Amino acid sequence: MPGLELIEIYVFVLAGFVGFFTITRVPALLHTPLMSATNAISAISLVGSLVMAGADRGALPTVLGFIAVTSATINVVGGFIITDRMLKMFKRADRGGPRK
Amino acid sequence: MSPRTVFIEAAYLLASILFILGLRSLTLPDRARRGMQLAALGMLVAIVGTLVNHEIVRYEWIIAGLVLGSLVGYPLGVYVPMTAMPQRIAISHMFGAVAATLVGVAEFWHLGNGAEVSRSVMAALGFEVLFGALTITGSFMAFGKLQELLPSRPVTFKGQNLVSIGMFAAAAALFAWLVADPANPGAFYAMVVLGLVFGVSLVLPIGGADMPVVISLLNSYAGLASSATGFAIGNNVLIIAGALDGASGFILSIIMSRAMNRSFANVLFGAFGAAPEAAQKTAQGLTVHAITPEDAAIQLAYARLVIVVPGYGMAVAQAQHQVRELAALIEKNGGTVLYAIHPVAGRMPGHMNVLLAEADIPYEKLKEMDEINDEFKNADVALVIGANDVVNPAARTDKASPIYGMPILNVDEAKQVIVMKRSMNPGFAGIENELFYRENTAMLFGDAKASLAKLVHEIKQA
Repeated sequence: MPGLELIEIYVFVLAGFVGFFTITRVPALLHTPLMSATNAISAISLVGSLVMAGADRGALPTVLGFIAVTSATINVVGGFIITDRMLKMFKRADRGGPRK
Repeated sequence: MSPRTVFIEAAYLLASILFILGLRSLTLPDRARRGMQLAALGMLVAIVGTLVNHEIVRYEWIIAGLVLGSLVGYPLGVYVPMTAMPQRIAISHMFGAVAATLVGVAEFWHLGNGAEVSRSVMAALGFEVLFGALTITGSFMAFGKLQELLPSRPVTFKGQNLVSIGMFAAAAALFAWLVADPANPGAFYAMVVLGLVFGVSLVLPIGGADMPVVISLLNSYAGLASSATGFAIGNNVLIIAGALDGASGFILSIIMSRAMNRSFANVLFGAFGAAPEAAQKTAQGLTVHAITPEDAAIQLAYARLVIVVPGYGMAVAQAQHQVRELAALIEKNGGTVLYAIHPVAGRMPGHMNVLLAEADIPYEKLKEMDEINDEFKNADVALVIGANDVVNPAARTDKASPIYGMPILNVDEAKQVIVMKRSMNPGFAGIENELFYRENTAMLFGDAKASLAKLVHEIKQA
């Protein structure tokens, strides 16, 4: 049964803790990729959008679902690509950087 | 549980694990890329798992959305320049919020316009559309400001805070009413509209220099909207991924607000727009020492330790590649070049790091504030490129200054400070910077990119 159920609040709070302890260890160096990465990951709302667009629930939910699928896909595709593009740039001195 | 349900839930569990591993990998730059590829795989797993959902009976709209989204998302990923990253991230928060909000509205409509919505689902839907709606317009405003479609200075009117608080209170009241009685479409849609308007009024009064806090906060809200979607449709992977995003944005906004010495309450209520104008310090009677590129080049050419302090001005001038060229010359002469990155330099968390990494500067040389602040006293030259408030000594000494208490980079301890600046206009906080008038500070006026190119040219000549 969906809604603000106790077990889901457990999941939310525990995931929040995992997020807190994981993300406090990310160095300031990677804060921009972190932001684009979490943004891409939270585009998981695509999952809800897919059901809305594909289930037979009438015209309005289908259209809203379609727009939602489009928006979320933009973030999934664009978000993971741009995160990878950024992370690719962070190099150590011995593997790039100014040539002597 | 049917085998199909088991498959779907297993896919979601796997996706959640991969997301957490992906974020964990961002602790180490060398592993980050591989970790995020795992997270992308997790996303694929979650999507495939969803597509076998028994409720999905037709695929044409799904395919249309996936194709259209990919067509828009691909160029947004591949072609957007690194200097435009803040607005790129801002607009992506909007897309995420659009998806969450529309799913919430469609869910409400589908359930008899609220008639079949239980109270607990209504609570989840309320959070979903409220966070979603204010993130949609708030992010769009932030995008507009960063893209300079809107004035990046704070836009304020009299009684703005009262209007904002009033709207927030009204939305909260509608929310409470809906939880008590969900079959109330008028209240629901009014709440969505209030959320949209509130998002505008939240971000409009915020100035460009405060953008790192706003973007982080919107990042958090977009995550919470996704999480609330998970509650509304009973989907754990949404709850988990949204909570991760929410936590991340929350932490970043705390780090950013601390780096600007703003209280956390200040961040939550978004009332951090206008800097008190009375505190402006005039610089009457003080003189600045201008320096020619020739003289600056000589100092840099023979320096043993140069610390570069980049700011938003470097991003605007797109001067990061010239910085690398200059650093290579100094290093060729036997000097060392380090980079001091203030947490709120630029327009989003980590903005400067990305730009310098793009210019092929090895990341070990990019130092955080606490790590480098003791090094300035050993530096022969501190080269300030388009940074202002983060090097303003008023933050340490002038109690009347709006930035008093903000931790700053100790550039003034360097033997010589060279400040590259377009003109003598004050920075975004609108305050004079006494650093520019000090005995050991020399100003190199002009476009940062052009000035750096001149420096490179001069050093090569020598």
